[in-house]
Amino acid sequence: MADKVITCKNLTKKFGDFYAVHNISFDVSQGEIFGFLGANGAGKTTAMRILCGLSYPTSGEASVAGFDVYTQQERIKQNIGYMSQKFSLYENLTVLENITFFGGVYGVPAAQLKERSRQLIAKLGLTNEAKKLVASLPLGWKQKLAFSVAIFHEPKIVFLDEPTGGVDPVTRRQFWDMIYEAAANGITVFVTTHYMDEAEYCDRVTIMVDGKVEALDSPGNLKSRFDVTSMDEVFYRLARNAVRSGD
Amino acid sequence: MNPVVLDHITKTYENGKVLAASDVSFEVASGELFGLIGPDGAGKTSLFRILTTLLLPDKGNASVLGLDCNKDFEEIRRRIGYMPGRFSLYQDLTVKENLDFFATLFGSTLEENYSLIKDIYEQIKPFNNRRAGKLSGGMKQKLALCCALIHKPEVLFLDEPTTGVDVVSRKEFWDMLKTLKQQGITIVVSTPYMDEAMLCERIALIQTGKILTIDTPGKIIAAFPVPLYAVKAKDTYRLLTELRKRSEIASCFAFGDYVHITLKDNSNESQTDQLKQELIQAGHEQFEIKRIEPTIEDSFIQLMSQTYGR
Repeated sequence: MADKVITCKNLTKKFGDFYAVHNISFDVSQGEIFGFLGANGAGKTTAMRILCGLSYPTSGEASVAGFDVYTQQERIKQNIGYMSQKFSLYENLTVLENITFFGGVYGVPAAQLKERSRQLIAKLGLTNEAKKLVASLPLGWKQKLAFSVAIFHEPKIVFLDEPTGGVDPVTRRQFWDMIYEAAANGITVFVTTHYMDEAEYCDRVTIMVDGKVEALDSPGNLKSRFDVTSMDEVFYRLARNAVRSGD
Repeated sequence: MNPVVLDHITKTYENGKVLAASDVSFEVASGELFGLIGPDGAGKTSLFRILTTLLLPDKGNASVLGLDCNKDFEEIRRRIGYMPGRFSLYQDLTVKENLDFFATLFGSTLEENYSLIKDIYEQIKPFNNRRAGKLSGGMKQKLALCCALIHKPEVLFLDEPTTGVDVVSRKEFWDMLKTLKQQGITIVVSTPYMDEAMLCERIALIQTGKILTIDTPGKIIAAFPVPLYAVKAKDTYRLLTELRKRSEIASCFAFGDYVHITLKDNSNESQTDQLKQELIQAGHEQFEIKRIEPTIEDSFIQLMSQTYGR
């Protein structure tokens, strides 16, 4: 069995009387692409914030990259990467400045920073854009750059919060190629998405409904369990009964 | 005259550096549900802003309900409903206050056209006294739609109403649009979700300011120029990388648990048998290949590569 890089046992987060996350348990193995799905308001963001070391749980246990979510939040942050559609890069810094800034923040040694930045820019085909502001790049390029920046410090896990929203169908698939490549290199990928075809690309998928994990299995097994042909239908069957809705 | 007409519209930003719309022409018929389908940055919002008289094009003419978008903006604004992409209601007013506010702006009342919004409004009515900023995404969307409908518009413009909304709320929203269509309202709606294209009567596929094609979803799919195959194996990523290296493959994209491919030479049907044999020999388990009907997303990708050569 591969190493468990995320473990979660009876994890709960309450806001007053409201259970944002209610007794969720799961493990994620090294190099796995783990899809984290749920309707708006199901508790995905709250759970993700706990796992990223940004919020304390109310009860239960969890560890990320071997570090405890109660006592070792700073160590967690050093060992993960994070990218969301909403925020990931500084628009008014150049491509190169963004890479060196985030590399520096995440402790990439200064001696390596210059050469590795150059390599990354070459790999992305952005050599001519290195000194341009990120704001001037097309959305698809920004997203690919943001992902590369999120894994630049070679974290054990990368958290991706709706990384492909709004991009064109070709770019969306190129983005998933990068995810596959990262996973093949041993980086664990924890990803949320509203595109149900992307749920099919995950090794395993969790579907949260009203703060609880309602399903956790490979896309193939989930489809046969519900006797349907697409993840869209699996999701719809589970989420339509949700009581809660929110952002 | 059709209620929505765009005639050779071009719009640029930053002194011509950014091309938002490039010689765009189309018309929407009365009572039609018309979709503008394309990714972020395709130019959808610019077209909406031109049609709703909030932006002037560099070139070309636009008209709504037979009125000129440049000269007759006041009358157009009275007769259309517009739901912009970003949530545009007043966050610190309650549900009821937002509705009353928009009704008053248009010289109407909540009661006057109540039958039009009844089905949608009753879903959010229990939250009448909640501030709009405290509503969930799905409820905000319903409130915004009610506000856009409150003066009984003849044409409804909806810019990405379902972006970032989950599958369940998206389905509900499209059901509401169908009901509105039955009441004779002309609807122009945009979305980055290709699967929603099938719910429109006619669609324009749009990318970086250019219209790739305009037709019914069925005809666009039927116009796919070559046979399309779906391939599946246990290890999708390995399958994808190996297919891409093969010389007979023209295009290769992941689609859910299948990979969709087209071949360079379509004269020889036995090629797929050979492909199957070779990949099974290469150790692919649970291998499967079958001819399939394209989806709108297949068509979009195909038209993109045809137009932009990628």
